[in-house]
Amino acid sequence: MSESSAEILTAPYRLKYSYKRTTGPVIGRFLTDLRDGKITGVRRPDGAVMVPPREYDPETGEALSEFVSLPDTGVVTGWTWVAEPRQLHAMSTPFAFATIQLDGAHTGMLHRVVAPDESVMRSGMRVRARWAAERVGMITDIECFVPEESA
Amino acid sequence: MRDIAVIASAQIPSERRSDLSEIEMVQKVVTGAIEKSGIDRRAFDFWCSGSADMLCGRPFSFVSALDAIGAWPPIRESHVEMDGAWALYEAWLKLQSDPGLHCAIVYCFGQSSLGPVPDILATQLDPYYETPLWPDSISVAAIQARALLDGGRYTERDFAEVAVENRRRGKSNPNAQLTGDFSIEEAMSGPYISSPLRKHYCPPLSDGACAIVIASREKVDELGFAAPAWIRGFDHRVEAQSLGVRDLTSSASTQLAGRRAGARGDSLDVAELHAPFAHQELILREALELGGSVSVNPSGGALAANPIMVAGLLRICEAAGAIHRGEAKRALGHATSGPALQQNLVCVMEAN
Repeated sequence: MSESSAEILTAPYRLKYSYKRTTGPVIGRFLTDLRDGKITGVRRPDGAVMVPPREYDPETGEALSEFVSLPDTGVVTGWTWVAEPRQLHAMSTPFAFATIQLDGAHTGMLHRVVAPDESVMRSGMRVRARWAAERVGMITDIECFVPEESA
Repeated sequence: MRDIAVIASAQIPSERRSDLSEIEMVQKVVTGAIEKSGIDRRAFDFWCSGSADMLCGRPFSFVSALDAIGAWPPIRESHVEMDGAWALYEAWLKLQSDPGLHCAIVYCFGQSSLGPVPDILATQLDPYYETPLWPDSISVAAIQARALLDGGRYTERDFAEVAVENRRRGKSNPNAQLTGDFSIEEAMSGPYISSPLRKHYCPPLSDGACAIVIASREKVDELGFAAPAWIRGFDHRVEAQSLGVRDLTSSASTQLAGRRAGARGDSLDVAELHAPFAHQELILREALELGGSVSVNPSGGALAANPIMVAGLLRICEAAGAIHRGEAKRALGHATSGPALQQNLVCVMEAN
């Protein structure tokens, strides 16, 4: 190889997933509706409403497709108080992780509850969603839930 | 079903931060278990391992662990991205399905010191509905603990008793990490991590590894092994992934796995339960219907040492060890995986 031709060949390399994936007809529907400020569940054969919706019944494996619109209010069915948020929680103040059963639903949805302090928290308390100002079709389009009386 | 027994196991002491690399840890436990078994290294028909690439953030990191076992001449080998207890299940199934195979070695390793484990475990949750909120594993367990308190059958004092008892029993286990005589009051006045879980009700972060050898009846007879732990029942079951669709205060999968494995709670001498959080032992005791005569976690359990991806197989090693030493006729090893006891495995072993 002559010196004049000693050109170093380079090529761009970017570590990435070079494909897109769809969230499918059920999860996709839920996330798209969240972007539009609506909450959608799915009905199981026994009539129970599951939110967030699943493509398949967790007990029987049966495919599910009957969508149900739900309000953005519900009750806390389980919770924990996080006094010192971890970095990834992206919360500047103490908050609760909670399972929330929306009115009309039969299952709980995991989310954050922002309350003045832990003493306000109890299972059975009523909460309402606080929507994010900018919504993109993610679970975080609901910024958090807050006690209903303070909403 | 073929008669297959646990004949040897080896582990290294759990530590908060090991100076060993993963490969060095594997080398120690694999060599230790092979020596105890008396089987020539080249005579093993199957090798299987359990570990998680997410811990060191390096794809296919389990492949480098093969350096420790010497994969030449070529060996039959497999890996599960799970606790080693599930690798043992695969090895047991392999020996069940091929009468030409007579012995297998299973190993697992995990270093909690490599990254923030509570955050890493959030990636095992639903990627659309849950992980974007980063519910760390302690908070997820705390929601379960709260549900148990709300249910009214247990109080926080029960959590404290489990934690104190395990750490007291762990004092006689040279491989345990967090042991000692703590008082109930001390446990109940410790700081909260995610309420209602205080520090004492949570497991330590541990680095560790273990290995186990199983063999067919023909092999056991050939070796003249005196005290094999015969695997009489082995089953694992999984529940729904989302936390909001199942009853967190009971463990249907443990109950089902226990029944299918023939656990019969009142017939056991020893039960080693993989309950990283104190309240989970209460749920597991109920699911397996353990009677008062059963010695639960003589090793101190996962509250005394919790090497990630290892603590489940360790329970089976400890239960088998009680049979090898003649301390138990019938012993159970349990392992869990997933958020808040989502998936559970039960292995029932008996003496000759």
